Amino acid sequence: MSDDHDHHDGDEHELRVSKIRSGTVIDHVRGGQALNVLAILGIDGSEGEEVSVGMNVPSDRLARKDIVKVEGRELSQDEVDVLSLIAPDATINIVRDYEVIEKHRVEPPEIVEGVLSCPNAGCITTSGEPVDSRFEVLEEGVRCDYCGTIVRDEIAALIDT
Amino acid sequence: MRHDHLITSKQLTRGDIETILDRAAEIDADPSAVADRHTNTLLGLLFFEPSTRTKMSFETAMKRLGGDVVDMGSVESSSVKKGETLADTVRVIEGYTDALVLRHPKQGSATMASEFVDVPLVNAGDGAGHHPSQTMLDLYTIRENAGLDDLTIGIMGDLKYGRTVHSLAHALTNFDAQQHFISPESLRLPREVVYDLHQEDGGAGIREHESLEEVLPSLDVLYVTRIQRERFPDEQEYQKVAGEYQIGSETLEAAGDDLTIMHPLPRVDEIAPEIDETDHAAYFDQAHNGVPVRMALLDLLLSDDGAADRLGGGSDE
Ligand SMILES: [Zn+2]
Repeated sequence: MSDDHDHHDGDEHELRVSKIRSGTVIDHVRGGQALNVLAILGIDGSEGEEVSVGMNVPSDRLARKDIVKVEGRELSQDEVDVLSLIAPDATINIVRDYEVIEKHRVEPPEIVEGVLSCPNAGCITTSGEPVDSRFEVLEEGVRCDYCGTIVRDEIAALIDT
Repeated sequence: MRHDHLITSKQLTRGDIETILDRAAEIDADPSAVADRHTNTLLGLLFFEPSTRTKMSFETAMKRLGGDVVDMGSVESSSVKKGETLADTVRVIEGYTDALVLRHPKQGSATMASEFVDVPLVNAGDGAGHHPSQTMLDLYTIRENAGLDDLTIGIMGDLKYGRTVHSLAHALTNFDAQQHFISPESLRLPREVVYDLHQEDGGAGIREHESLEEVLPSLDVLYVTRIQRERFPDEQEYQKVAGEYQIGSETLEAAGDDLTIMHPLPRVDEIAPEIDETDHAAYFDQAHNGVPVRMALLDLLLSDDGAADRLGGGSDE
């Protein structure tokens, strides 16, 4: 099921997570954020996706990092951008036939729609109206476009799952 | 960018603000000239929270422009009680009217509502959010009394919950104004508002104080809001600060002769009645200015002769 034994040239800790044939590898996710990465991508396994997750593996760039590998799915730029909110150091590798054909860093989007829910109980978006949440991405944190609430930390806790 | 709606004072440039205030001054000088400018125009008043003054002021403004209003009545008697969403309510009433005025307890309600309608929508207060037409009448009053440039203004009282204060502070960043915010520690401006003010004018004109004393002599305008007793954890805490934030004639000994005192009203005991008869008192004028300013706003938003384009459609200023 794994071809790990063939590949001792790379980051050997990465081998704890199986190689994928085609799909996306999200690397250098901040330690402990992998499940939030899946949540933000709306991946919960119910669609039968093959997903491997490595959590808190040692890394040179980050003391501990998470890795998420999604078989059979190439992430769109939008999805990648949203990831930057909780995994600002992440690198995205698009894999086809075991080859990395594209590698890029995440970049923060200007606006995130329908992904986070506003923590302000007085905000109109939390009261059953037919609107998606919408947040402006600030240098540090996000701000609700409707009520103006700024969230700096704990953005992952706002992920609408 | 053209504005079809008035949601926050943040959306307005200096040019927009001047357009509104100039139009208000024209109307103020000769209200009869616009008495039939908007005949057959119907304004929908959607007040999900009671507000006699703001509502009556919009109603008066529309009628003085020759139009009329329809009112959804109290929330208790409306379909809101049956669980209708705000998005549905505004889409229905939009079909009856030429413009809408919305007061709603939820923050962001006006922004959301404006996304569902094509007629102009004016935010008349969205929870702790914004109240831009109040800001326009405040600015109008400040301009008449002290001018908007080279202005030193003290804004005092409950700065934490006061949406009129937040709106006004944003608008003033368009002008060369020194803003002094005076409040008890527990009622300081929300950090988010301070963050915005720093973004908007580099923070150069923003200072925070706990005492009025040190800044009073330098002020052209003192904008007073009510410190709500119920905001304090205990009565003693309130009593400790209350005196500091009440204006009586002895307070004013340290003030400049030209100091203008404003208050969005209603007041409780922030300003002693003895001040009312002095030249400092501008708060009743301020309240009266609500009508010409709202006439100007409605006129600009409702005119199909391109007047609406002047709200943000003109210069980059
Ligand atoms: Zn919000």
